[in-house]
Amino acid sequence: MKNPYLPTPMKVEKNVIETGDRNIKTLTLSFLNNKDEEIFNFIPGQFVELSVLGAGEAPFGIASSPMEKKHIDFTISKVGLVTAQLHNLEPGDTVGMRGPLGNGYPIELLRNKNIFIIGGGFGFSTLRAFTNFMLHPDNRKHYGDITVVYGARNPGLLLYKNELSEWEQRNDIQLHVTVDKGDESWKGKTGVVPVIVKELSIDAENTTTLVCGPPVMIKFTLPVLAELGLAPQQTYLSLEMKMKCGIGKCGRCNIGSKYVCTDGPVFSLAQLNKLPQEY
Amino acid sequence: MDYKTIKKSEITEFLDNLIKEYEIAAPIEKDDIVVFDKIKSSNGVILEYSNSVKSPKKFVIPQFETLISYNTNEDTTNVKEHLDEQKQFILFGARPCDARSFLFLDKVFSDEKNRDIYYKNRRDVVLIISLGCTQPQETCFCTTTGGGPFSSEGSDLLLVDIGDDYIIQVITDKGAELVKKLGLKNAQKDELAEMDRVIKKSEAKIEPDLELNNLKDKLDNSFDGSDWETLTEKCLSCGVCTYLCPTCHCFDIVDEEKNRKGERIRIWDSCQFPHFTMQASGFNPRPTYKERYRQRIMHKFSYCIDNYNMVGCVGCGRCISECPVNLDIRQVLTSLYYSMLSGRT
Repeated sequence: MKNPYLPTPMKVEKNVIETGDRNIKTLTLSFLNNKDEEIFNFIPGQFVELSVLGAGEAPFGIASSPMEKKHIDFTISKVGLVTAQLHNLEPGDTVGMRGPLGNGYPIELLRNKNIFIIGGGFGFSTLRAFTNFMLHPDNRKHYGDITVVYGARNPGLLLYKNELSEWEQRNDIQLHVTVDKGDESWKGKTGVVPVIVKELSIDAENTTTLVCGPPVMIKFTLPVLAELGLAPQQTYLSLEMKMKCGIGKCGRCNIGSKYVCTDGPVFSLAQLNKLPQEY
Repeated sequence: MDYKTIKKSEITEFLDNLIKEYEIAAPIEKDDIVVFDKIKSSNGVILEYSNSVKSPKKFVIPQFETLISYNTNEDTTNVKEHLDEQKQFILFGARPCDARSFLFLDKVFSDEKNRDIYYKNRRDVVLIISLGCTQPQETCFCTTTGGGPFSSEGSDLLLVDIGDDYIIQVITDKGAELVKKLGLKNAQKDELAEMDRVIKKSEAKIEPDLELNNLKDKLDNSFDGSDWETLTEKCLSCGVCTYLCPTCHCFDIVDEEKNRKGERIRIWDSCQFPHFTMQASGFNPRPTYKERYRQRIMHKFSYCIDNYNMVGCVGCGRCISECPVNLDIRQVLTSLYYSMLSGRT
């Protein structure tokens, strides 16, 4: 029987600084053992528990697409003990991984829909994974128009800058990158995410929205989505909670009777509206 | 159901025989309180007791448990799973409420999709010989939560004290096998009549059920009600209710390391502690006593019904008798229920 608490050994390939404040890094891992790699399959939006022996475990959304074989990305903000250790890792180091955990984005339900992605801060990481998944040549035909709104507090905090430039060049994705406050060199949009979302014309009929970002962004974006005519069943959110086990046992990540680790982290707004507002 | 009898005077011999083959835990007195502990002989086993202060859940979910250990050399790390082979284990003399709590824990830890292998490893070897309650306490409310002083749910064998003898109710196949091996004699008609009389007498002694029809629906509608604050004002968030509770099972996982050798440990935790849900960002969805106590009540009496189709409380009353500020869960439930009825939320 599988031991759900036993981490799979992973090798650090890269650990790259993403942001000007050096507080967010993207960690690229590969499998140490081939047989672990063979059985590892995931859906964008799922997460894992990463562990540094001696420091402990913490949950992280998978930031790369499952279409990219051989490596898995995690974008990690340094906020505590485990994340500080993860930031210190260098290529060749070993790290533990348990997963994939959680439900992920409802990729089957999203087929043939226009997809509206709204991300803020480093909550963008799993949305980046799903966007890359859709943009893959094998998958692009399964999705309609793709619109992405991505915001950060300032230009220095934007993630995946090279990739954003590549998306800019494509004609099969509408990208709107914004910052709350620009600087001298910033030539893009300025304004918080909900304001940018409001300016867009979205065909509500056949569009599904995926939202992930800080609570304040979510709070002000949801009413805008309702104004655009997007129903709660068409809106999905990926949530964050303190977690330990990741498998619905340790008791800390529930919202009402739902565990964010097993029933989520992705919920439709219609589902969330039925749950207590304790998140 | 099969019924066997055993003389009370034969119980020590019965236990000493079992000890040869099984690991046995039984109620004993330790530091002036009754606790369940592993025994080496029948000496000191107490069978005239109300209930242990600590629940016997520790035999399936120990307070501390090593999940993995590791040591790091120059360039290799060896990780070891800690799944030691368990000896066949008998929990002797547990109360029916505690026996039922094991069924609840099974639902949490033995679900098909995410089976907890550490729990299974310990649970698979457990056989429960419970002892019906002829003297229910003032704090007992097992009948409100679906059990009873002689409930057989979760037990493999259930003893009923009929004076000089115990009747042994044979509940499960596992229990039947053990009884067969021990060659106990069948209970006689008059003994069974006495058993019925004892059970009826005891059931009459237990506090009447709280009248809480559709409690779950009412709780679900009262999440934002103002009563939570008033009711929980005196709670200290000390967590003793969760540590003593036979169904509370929340845990933390932490690493401990010294000299490049370390262990990943699972350790009991409590939803009553502020750090339990505190995120690294500093945000805490349950920042005060109110939200934390509400979580405990809602979890047991609403969420568990959704998730496991079973109330997450067996009515053992430990959280009532051991609460340092006398916060009585029965009064909390009743107050909530009736203020909800009268629409005061």
